Amino acid sequence: MRLVLGLAGLLGFGVLLELAPRIGLVSERYAPPTSTILTTLAEQAGEARFWTAVLDTTRTWLLGLAIAVLLGVLAGIALGSVPIVRAATSSTIEFLRPIPSVALIPLVVVLYGPTVTSTLVLVVYAAFWQVLVQVLHGVADIDPVAHDTARSYRLGRLARVRYLVWPTALPYVVTGVRLAATVALILTITGELVIGPPGLGQEIAIARTSGAVPAMYALIVVTGLFGVVANVMTRAAERRALHWHPSMRTEVPA
Amino acid sequence: MTVLRRVVLALGLPVVLVAAWWFASAGSTDFYFPPLATIVEVFPETWFGSRLTDDVLPSLARLGIGYAAALLLGVALGIVIGSNRWVRATTEPLLEFLRAIPPPVLVPILILVAGIGDTMKVLVIVSGCLWPVLLNTVEGVRSVDDVLADTCRTYRIRGRLRWWHLVVRSASPQIVTGARQALSVGIILMVISEMFAANSGLGYSVIQFKDGFQIPQMWSGVILLGLLGVLLSVLFRLVEHRVLSWYHGSRTASEEP
Repeated sequence: MRLVLGLAGLLGFGVLLELAPRIGLVSERYAPPTSTILTTLAEQAGEARFWTAVLDTTRTWLLGLAIAVLLGVLAGIALGSVPIVRAATSSTIEFLRPIPSVALIPLVVVLYGPTVTSTLVLVVYAAFWQVLVQVLHGVADIDPVAHDTARSYRLGRLARVRYLVWPTALPYVVTGVRLAATVALILTITGELVIGPPGLGQEIAIARTSGAVPAMYALIVVTGLFGVVANVMTRAAERRALHWHPSMRTEVPA
Repeated sequence: MTVLRRVVLALGLPVVLVAAWWFASAGSTDFYFPPLATIVEVFPETWFGSRLTDDVLPSLARLGIGYAAALLLGVALGIVIGSNRWVRATTEPLLEFLRAIPPPVLVPILILVAGIGDTMKVLVIVSGCLWPVLLNTVEGVRSVDDVLADTCRTYRIRGRLRWWHLVVRSASPQIVTGARQALSVGIILMVISEMFAANSGLGYSVIQFKDGFQIPQMWSGVILLGLLGVLLSVLFRLVEHRVLSWYHGSRTASEEP
């Protein structure tokens, strides 16, 4: 039932966008009807150029996300494990985190030009904080009894990270990755749009300057679908990584 | 922890970092990395002259209007969608899709529809800030405490009184979470909307400096944007503290044994 209603909602939205320009509610020049957008989308999907763009965007997104997650987890565990370091760095983190990543756009453009590197810097900067803050919360969440037990059994530093810190922080890490994935995708496409390395964002910029309005809409639909797929993927990964965790297990009906 | 210790911990690292930047860049002849002293020197003349009234304040005004509109619209729509199961099921996949569209790609479309004036920039900010507020409000309204809802029904609390004291109140922690996410999206979109085809504004000025290779001015713009981001997030936290003091209070009370 939910599925039917959901589909009806999507369909209704499509019909609305189809009818609005047809009956002259909005100009067809600005808002092509749904059918035109979908035909353009199908045409695009038949071209190699389109798939290259999708691939480029995917690569930048995943690479940026991977770097950000790696750096965020390492820094988070290192900073979070030592109370004095954590206290000394928290004000700096609170200060650097809200700096909007787009403020760096002019900087990376003069430093690296319109390249993938520029976009990667933006993506990593924006996604890094999402992961770091979550990992810091996770490391702070360690159960004192588990911590004392690990000490009583004389677990070494590495063993403690492996068996105590990591399992405690993992749910937070996963949340961080999910948030970072969304932010990274937005910044990847924004970077391509504004700075101009190849990818879906650049295709949108090209469609805009050449006045290909339906193509622009088609590409925007693609970015939306891209985002939905990314969300579904991260949620699936979350369930997989945390299948042992009580918060996931309680969802299974008894 | 004594006050002194806390101050040292909070300010220590930032001071060290700024000092490191200051001295490391002091004799810098690298064109792209001017000395911090130069950046600080050009900062007031760059931003406190006519640019403050011509670029900075209009940018902030657009952010304020767009953000406020997105908040109102998001909360209103969120309450409608969240309180009706059928509406929620119908709109859920659509909202998932619309939310997944990275807001900056809407800039080209909105330029087509509304030109490159203020309307476009405000619309860009609204179109991006709306989703976090809307989706969080839906979640908040959906999770209204059953006992409270039943109590309201028993006492025949209806209409405006019920909306305000039960629905909005229960959803407000989530609404605030959405508003916080929306604020950072809003700042990003304020800048992005001005980087495209604009003739004034903070983002536009920074791009101008970049194109004119006025590197110290460009750096000062980057720093100003950073400071604005920090300032707005501090302001937000103050407002949140006031609005949600009852919530934080009850949370702390229930955590204490």
